[in-house]
Amino acid sequence: MAEERRPKQCTVVLPTESMKAMAESIGVGQLQEESCVALSEEVSYRIKEIAQDALKFMHHGKRRKLTTNDIDNALKLKNVEPLYGFQSQEFIPFRFASGGGRELHFYEEKEVDLSDIINTPLPRVPLDVSLKAHWLSIEGVQPSIPENPPPAPKEQQKVESTEPLKVVKPGQEEDGTVQGKGQGATAADGKGKEKGLIRLKPRSTHELSVEQQLYYKEITEACVGSCEAKRAEALQSIATDPGLYQMLPRFSTFISEGVRVNVVQNNLALLIYLMRMVKALMDNPTLYLEKYLHELIPAVVTCIVSKQLCLRPDVDNHWALRDFAARLMAQSCKTFSTTTNNIQSRITKTFTKSWLDEKTQWTTRYGCIAGLAELGADVIKTLILPRLTVEGARIKAVMEGPVVSNIDKIGADHVQSLLLKHCASVIAKIRPQPDNVEQYRIDYGYLGPMLCSHVMKARTQAALQAQQVNRTTLTITQPRPTLTVSQSGLSGSAGPRTPSIIKVPSSLTLMSPRPGTPSQPSPPATKYIVMATSAGPASTQQVITLSSSQSASPVTSTVPSATSTLQPLVKLESGSGPGLTGSRPMQKYIVVSLPSSASSSLENKSSVLPTSISSTPIEAGMKLDRSESPGASTQSPH
Amino acid sequence: MAAVQGGLVDAVEKKDIKTEPSEDSGGNNNANDGRLLSPPPGSSASAPGGNKPPAGAPEDQQTLLAVLQFLRKNNLAESVEILRREAGLPEDALDLKAGDSAGAEDASSLLSRVTVSSSAAAQAPTKAVEDQPDVNVVLSAYSQQGDPALYGVYYSGLKRFIESVLDCHRAELSQVFYPLFVHMYLELVYNNHENEAKVFFEKFSGDQECYYEDDLRVLSSLTKKEHMRGNETLLDFRTSKFVLRISRDSYQLLKRHLQERQNNQIWNIIQEHLYIDIFDGMPRSKSQIDAMSGSLAGEAKREANKAKVYYGLLKEPEIELPLDDEDEEAENEEGKPKKKKPKKDSMGSKSKKQDPNAPSQTRIPLPELKDSDKLDKIMYMKEATKRIRLGPDNLPSICFYSFLNAYQGLTAVDFTDDSSLIAGGFADSTVRVWSVTPKKLRKVKSAADLNLIDKESDDVLERIMDEKTASESKILYGHSGPVYGISFSPDRNYLLTCSEDGTIRLWSLQTFTCLVGYKGHNYPVWDTQFSPHGYYFISGGHDRVARLWATDHYQPLRMFSGHLADITSTRFHPNSNYVVTGSSDRTIRLWDVLTGNCVRIFTGHKGPIHALAFSPNGKFLASGATDGRVLLWDIGHGLMIGELKGHTDTIYSLKFSRDGEILASGSMDNTVRLWDATKAFDDLETDDFTAATGHIHLQDNSQELLLGTYMSKSTPVIHLHFTRRNLLLAAGAYNP
Repeated sequence: MAEERRPKQCTVVLPTESMKAMAESIGVGQLQEESCVALSEEVSYRIKEIAQDALKFMHHGKRRKLTTNDIDNALKLKNVEPLYGFQSQEFIPFRFASGGGRELHFYEEKEVDLSDIINTPLPRVPLDVSLKAHWLSIEGVQPSIPENPPPAPKEQQKVESTEPLKVVKPGQEEDGTVQGKGQGATAADGKGKEKGLIRLKPRSTHELSVEQQLYYKEITEACVGSCEAKRAEALQSIATDPGLYQMLPRFSTFISEGVRVNVVQNNLALLIYLMRMVKALMDNPTLYLEKYLHELIPAVVTCIVSKQLCLRPDVDNHWALRDFAARLMAQSCKTFSTTTNNIQSRITKTFTKSWLDEKTQWTTRYGCIAGLAELGADVIKTLILPRLTVEGARIKAVMEGPVVSNIDKIGADHVQSLLLKHCASVIAKIRPQPDNVEQYRIDYGYLGPMLCSHVMKARTQAALQAQQVNRTTLTITQPRPTLTVSQSGLSGSAGPRTPSIIKVPSSLTLMSPRPGTPSQPSPPATKYIVMATSAGPASTQQVITLSSSQSASPVTSTVPSATSTLQPLVKLESGSGPGLTGSRPMQKYIVVSLPSSASSSLENKSSVLPTSISSTPIEAGMKLDRSESPGASTQSPH
Repeated sequence: MAAVQGGLVDAVEKKDIKTEPSEDSGGNNNANDGRLLSPPPGSSASAPGGNKPPAGAPEDQQTLLAVLQFLRKNNLAESVEILRREAGLPEDALDLKAGDSAGAEDASSLLSRVTVSSSAAAQAPTKAVEDQPDVNVVLSAYSQQGDPALYGVYYSGLKRFIESVLDCHRAELSQVFYPLFVHMYLELVYNNHENEAKVFFEKFSGDQECYYEDDLRVLSSLTKKEHMRGNETLLDFRTSKFVLRISRDSYQLLKRHLQERQNNQIWNIIQEHLYIDIFDGMPRSKSQIDAMSGSLAGEAKREANKAKVYYGLLKEPEIELPLDDEDEEAENEEGKPKKKKPKKDSMGSKSKKQDPNAPSQTRIPLPELKDSDKLDKIMYMKEATKRIRLGPDNLPSICFYSFLNAYQGLTAVDFTDDSSLIAGGFADSTVRVWSVTPKKLRKVKSAADLNLIDKESDDVLERIMDEKTASESKILYGHSGPVYGISFSPDRNYLLTCSEDGTIRLWSLQTFTCLVGYKGHNYPVWDTQFSPHGYYFISGGHDRVARLWATDHYQPLRMFSGHLADITSTRFHPNSNYVVTGSSDRTIRLWDVLTGNCVRIFTGHKGPIHALAFSPNGKFLASGATDGRVLLWDIGHGLMIGELKGHTDTIYSLKFSRDGEILASGSMDNTVRLWDATKAFDDLETDDFTAATGHIHLQDNSQELLLGTYMSKSTPVIHLHFTRRNLLLAAGAYNP
């Protein structure tokens, strides 16, 4: 590799212009060209020399990266005064400008707003050095614990699953066995000795050690058990443990069987738990799931489109499960869909087909739309938008027609808010302004006026966000995801025992100002601060910055439509009170379709606003929210 | 068997002997006088080679005068006086000359030849001269001139010739290319033929072996005569002759060719700058040559590795009687007094046998054993009985100590022999000590508090400790630069650290304060280690000199100079009679502590050597370098006996298991690898060394010897340690 570099080595010399520029910077004008050449050669040589010495320090510092300290030390070695306090966050501190035949290099010194500095959260205090011991190997076998790298790297799993019939060559075979000696676990079997004539699928052993069996038992029990704390731990373990490769087939069967049984029994809570397991498996960076999609996808799709997922469809929030599963589906499409397996197009076809069916129930209809909508803006544009009119008419028939059944009404309402939610942002992008209500009515029928207000809201929101740092916008847009689901599911099935499970942090009081000042940016911000406290120390800082920027968007958006069905405050309160819903999805339906029983309690609360009750579930929701957000952010097409 | 050499070579050899003192003084640049006296031998050596007239009596006097003048110019009045008196020159000699303009010119012209060949010398900062006393002498040897345009022709002519010779000779003769290339290039540069030099370099640098790449990079940046002054790599080339080992037949071929062609340019370089070690017998193969070459100055001369080395272990001290008593007491306390006896006996009888290869017990004075040392020995023996017998089927468990939040700052780690403490040196100049047992680290009480203690009580040792200071780790502040080397004393009372600031510090682990700062190295000290018997320690650093110290002397006892580049790692032989140093000149040298001589030079590594380890029986040495290879050496025969390939990055740590069956290596590539040392050494024992010529065939059996590879999670392995029961401890900083 260095062979190619070598010819260059003797020719690399600083340009003479830099000499001139440097001379000017210290007040020497009109440097002779010859002196420049001589100087640049000399300087280049010295720089190389110093770099070579600095390398020595890097090697002795046991690093792979050369640091400025190494250069300082090398200078010291040469009896040259080191550069004090050289620190640049950017790669090159100089800026270049030219004009009027002159070229300039200068330091860019920006004016810094003091308040910015003051308001910037303090950086994390660096932790002190600490010592941690773990077993790298036990009698020659490397245990698969989080401290050790995964025994079968993801690439290898991918290769195994996507090219299962690769020819086993003698050379590779050797590699495998040598590694196997060290790694102990996953040695390729030694049958490929017939000179690669036979195409063998490398046999991977799925025998579990006693420890692994115990682990599997504990994890699965915790995942579907009643203790939320244990479940969180188990899911965390599934999402991070590097040694699960061996157990993957069992987990996948567990999930698929579990869904099959619980759908029949309409056990919403268990279905939610199982979906959370799927999510955790997908989050695990060391697992490659493609081999097990044939079991996982049907299970997930079931949770999206099944006619009935719970015993009391009018009360339980199975919608959240559908949303959650739809997001999972979208994520796996994104990750695993290839031209060979065509997952995405097959899934899309399935959803569209049952959506188009006239006899499809509202629940399934909701699932299909959610599933499609999560697949991205393109899918919404091509498949959902053209059908808005038809769907609107159907919804109108239910909402304004003769009272059919409460269930249908709730279903229609959900479908409506779902459509509004997903379509508004897409329309905002593709439709030119201005937004005319009448025009919308013509284009989209019954849903037109509502769409129009949503689109306008989306536009103002987008405009606001554009002013913010772009990094924050991503995370802002999805407070809705998963945690809410789990939270609501739990409380829905097990009754309002949430407070006992989730500890109320002291910071809860922060929530109280929110109801009083609906349109001020500050109260929503406090919401996020709570979030920050629950998050690990690692991301605290980030989250806080988010909060301020986020605060503006939801609030301003509510202003124009204050009279309409959506008012964020009410939503939050109501959702938390009866424990029916999570913080986000309820935004739409609560105000509209308030069941009479719930509404009374809701009103009480909105007036009294007992901070502890209202805040607890939200806080819990937020907490989960945060941990899930990376995954969610990738899938949301904002 | 000494090679029979031709007349030409004889001359070369003689010269070589003469230059030796100047080489040595090159290292000892401590005193002004030493420095100033060194030029004469150096210049006389270069005189016959260069185009200077032969030295005569008047010339000598002139030299003296020149030196005198130089001294005077630097206001060294006393030295002038002394020198003048010793040389018997009249007081006014200098003044006379100075008055006489012609004489002055004479002297100054000579001076310029002695110091620098151009007048720039006088103005050259004294600092530079002090660093490299014989630089200018060395440089002046390049003053011979040839037609610069013909260099390329000469070189390619030789290349064509060598490519046309029989295969068996080609590999051997190809060795000439690299040194020839370097010297021709330097000659061109020295004589200000910058463009020709550039062309020459570009044309032929690609032909050189890949392991010289680092040096070529240095060379390529050197394009001006002015650059040559103060360039270390260049100096190394000049001060040492590049050693080649060539069979007689091949050598004759080369000689005949050059003489036929009247190719004086090349012949001169070969005579002046190369040392050709001729042997009788079959020419070596390419792989044999490649295994041994790679160092900055060619291979080691065979004579260099002829000295007898007492590599055997010292007899265990006679502490059996008290040992048994105390041991029994201890056993009784523990309540299981049986089964110990026979083991003890076997131990005792083993140590009574005197190893014929061992040095005599008193060859170097070792510290007396204290009671606490004896207790420790007893502990050691007890632990040893519980030791796991390792082997290919019984691999050690590895416990990995990760340093978290070290922010890339961990530079050195050491464990105590009993594995109770771990110490780390950091780039922020701190040293931290952790206790890895439940026993916390405590300081001794202050003097005032110590006065209050009942000194007669049995547990006085316990009472002097201050419970309030108990903690799991302590930080030692004192260095002013990154801490590159760290070593515990065998009795666990002291800790030794060396740093970029050029000092070595001795810390007390009783008070957790610095006791001594040893100053001697002026440049960064890369490594230091305590002798296995305590008291002595060795250090080596950027100044290319390894120093042997005793803890109670503030000046070094021995200085080992000879390496051509930084000393990157240092280790004591288990019998404390020898030290080994690895260097960035890609050689390993073994030094006799008693005489200060270099008794072994091992070449074969292609990069700076960062890890060294002796086998517990003292017979073998393992070394690891930036090239990712581990090489095994037989100390007694002075031969390379194995090569372990597998690592993909610098090896920072090597350790043999307590019984020597397993060699563990830790590397920057985040892996710990275990090698079958028994097999590596046994295979060899059956082989007959062709010790006569010193060539061996290395079979490429790394894969068979590799017993296991354990990957850590982005944590470079920078230290390894076998506990007394053969559990392997590894340490490194987690680098997310």
